[in-house]
Amino acid sequence: MAKLRSPQDLERKRQQILSQRDPNKPCVTICSGTGCHALGSDKVAEAFVAEIEKNGLKGKVDVRRTGCHGFCERGPVTVIFPEEICYLGIKAPDVPEIVAQTLVNKKLVDRLLYKDASGKVIAHEGDIPFYKFQKRIVFGSNRLIDPKSIDDYIALGGYSALAKALFKMSPEQVLQTVKKANLRGRGGGGFPAGVKWQTTRDAPGDIKYVIVNADEGDPGAFMDRSLLEGNPHSVLEGLIIGAYAIGAHEGFIYVRQEYPLAVENVSVALEQARKYGLLGKNILGSGFDFDVKIHRGAGAFVSGESSALMTAIEGKVGEPRPKYIRTAVSGIWERPSNLNNVETWANVPLIIEKGADWFTSIGTNRSKGTKIFSLVGKVCNTGLVEVPMGMTLRQIIYDIGGGIPKGKKFKAVQTGGPSGGCLPESLLDLPVDFDELTEAGSMMGSGGMIVMDEDTCMVDVARYFLTFLADESCGKCVPCRLGIEQMVEVLNRICAGEGRKGDIELLEELCEVARDASLCALGQTAPNPVLSTIKYFRDEYEAHIDKKRCPAGVCKALVSYYIDPQKCTACGICLRKCPVEAISGGKNLVHIIDQNKCTKCRTCFEVCPPRFSAVVRISGEPIPEAVPLGTEVARKKGTQE
Amino acid sequence: MKKVKLIIDGKEVEAEEGKTILEAARAVGINIPTLCYNEKLAPYGACRFCSVEISKNDRSKLVVSCVYQVEDGLVVKTSTPKVIKTRKMILELMLGSAPALKELAKEYGIEKPRFKTEVTQCILCGQCVRYCAEVKGANALTFVGRGVNRRVAFVDEVVATGVCMDCRQCYGVCPTGKIPRETDGAYFGGNLLSEVLAKTGRK
Repeated sequence: MAKLRSPQDLERKRQQILSQRDPNKPCVTICSGTGCHALGSDKVAEAFVAEIEKNGLKGKVDVRRTGCHGFCERGPVTVIFPEEICYLGIKAPDVPEIVAQTLVNKKLVDRLLYKDASGKVIAHEGDIPFYKFQKRIVFGSNRLIDPKSIDDYIALGGYSALAKALFKMSPEQVLQTVKKANLRGRGGGGFPAGVKWQTTRDAPGDIKYVIVNADEGDPGAFMDRSLLEGNPHSVLEGLIIGAYAIGAHEGFIYVRQEYPLAVENVSVALEQARKYGLLGKNILGSGFDFDVKIHRGAGAFVSGESSALMTAIEGKVGEPRPKYIRTAVSGIWERPSNLNNVETWANVPLIIEKGADWFTSIGTNRSKGTKIFSLVGKVCNTGLVEVPMGMTLRQIIYDIGGGIPKGKKFKAVQTGGPSGGCLPESLLDLPVDFDELTEAGSMMGSGGMIVMDEDTCMVDVARYFLTFLADESCGKCVPCRLGIEQMVEVLNRICAGEGRKGDIELLEELCEVARDASLCALGQTAPNPVLSTIKYFRDEYEAHIDKKRCPAGVCKALVSYYIDPQKCTACGICLRKCPVEAISGGKNLVHIIDQNKCTKCRTCFEVCPPRFSAVVRISGEPIPEAVPLGTEVARKKGTQE
Repeated sequence: MKKVKLIIDGKEVEAEEGKTILEAARAVGINIPTLCYNEKLAPYGACRFCSVEISKNDRSKLVVSCVYQVEDGLVVKTSTPKVIKTRKMILELMLGSAPALKELAKEYGIEKPRFKTEVTQCILCGQCVRYCAEVKGANALTFVGRGVNRRVAFVDEVVATGVCMDCRQCYGVCPTGKIPRETDGAYFGGNLLSEVLAKTGRK
């Protein structure tokens, strides 16, 4: 492949790719993102290739393995073009039927289509509620391209924004466009990218760097991973445009070693871009030189912090620097270094291509464009969703996410990762917006969104996140190293039923010092899970401390299980399922839990048939005295119905 | 060198650009307490004990005075209630792991810390590690582990070269006396990296 030496070469290349592709030719796309991969999408893809050949359709139907489509809950996901028929939860044995019915006979396989609550089937991907309410400007291309094919990306108009920037705009104009678009950092802080770019551009020094932060490490978050795995060229194109605007000739992609597919796909993308002359010396014949190195993270959450990340790139231990000077001015080897997150960079080509006005037409007053969230936890449609800024949490959780499974009640939504906060039901109509979320005591963060139902204990949630942060603290500064350790200590004892009066105030005291005096953002924001749960769920803390009661029935030390002798039918299910043989009883004899043996695994509570509901969970109250062993049941199996 | 004017505790202070708040304050006799600071070493900003409150454009925040550089018009307060509260908490947190700080803690009215943590006798100020690297250039000491498992250790290979035998300057910079107390003079061990790793269950 000869290098592309001009924008005209790029356009010719695109036309040549398109001329070899018939938009009406059927194409089966199989999501091969992390979720679908784990659910067996590889086998599905192989089955399609084999079955298509068997039916004599080889060459008449294309098969494409794409990046993540987002609907992870219902994977493996397959979309058949050009009709965009979406089949969900496909297994390899389903493939012959799909090929015979849909590809050969042009008929639908109803049982594999999406069904709404009323049982109505929906065939087209775009009509499924999960997708219908989204606005997938950044993430949408994932389903159209093979991440290892630069031609797929170019066919969609890829790298034309780069050509436009290099040949029709000055670096200053590119910068002004990004500023005008008010693109704010998607990695957590929400700092305006254009302002950061300007700082690096204006900082003294000939050598400057641009960096992609792909050190996404929040529990439950996988937006950046899926974007980098599924559409690496979009991130790369954004980075090259940024380098041009800033005046950088070297770049880094800092990606977690734990994301092997992202590392692989980015490596392939870099190689292809170099071959095409889109990276390296004299890009597209413009005279602009730029190249990128991949730096693999060694597994520390704190390395996502800008100064720690840059220290790691220098080859040292990834710990934050104590400096008050911005990395945009003094970063890698004390040179001006501009760091943006994966999603931020992926927005850049769109802004250059379609203009700042287009971008600012989406979103709220101060938060523009869209945001990708990883919607997880107790929500029906787990997956990645991209929504315009300003959409309410309620719309995301209920319209897109389909609400809470098993008819349970919503309790809280945690946004912003471990440094974010938990928001209660009363704030469900809050729009997603950098400033609104921060004011409510949480934050946008990189886009983690964990939904919690009534069975979640908020003290336990705070404990979970703080334990994570204690493990990930680098240990350099005192308020973070020892402050978080003590917060975990206090939370542990509250959950263990040993909470003391004054513990809430002690937590607040520790939080204040960690927030005000920690060296980096990890320690400064670590109090958020604690403070937001105290703010919105103080009653749960008080119940644990004062009444030794866990309202959600989660904290084992505060919960007991008891079998109501009036309701027990001696069916024997709990007795057989108890893993520690703590339940005694027999035919027609009331089952009794030995409280000394019970490990509170709640198996009996879950297996007792709902029509009996004889196993009761007790918290904060004494356990009723057990009936004597050998007591006959009051009600017989089958008599109650 | 350009001079800047700032106000520290109500006193107008003139200092050279590039100096830290701590240096400017000490030059005019205003004392800010420190634990990890050492004038021979690059600012480290880890103990946060020298935190002071600065205000700029009607907003105030805590910064560590050993790192933050003087600016024209900067207003610094070294002992506001917030500063004192912060220092007290930092000291109380450290006192749990390093009882050697109890005299200092008494000055702040802390008799007994409320917190239980592993007693390591080390506050991880890193003066030994940094002194050895920055002044001696020997790099015989290092940090190992992270979070509450962070420790200081002598690197076996460097100690084996004999460089530590005639030096022992790290003994003098250790604010808790852990190194002179625990480090055996003969083989210079007790806190060898191999020993620390073995103690924490790693190899």
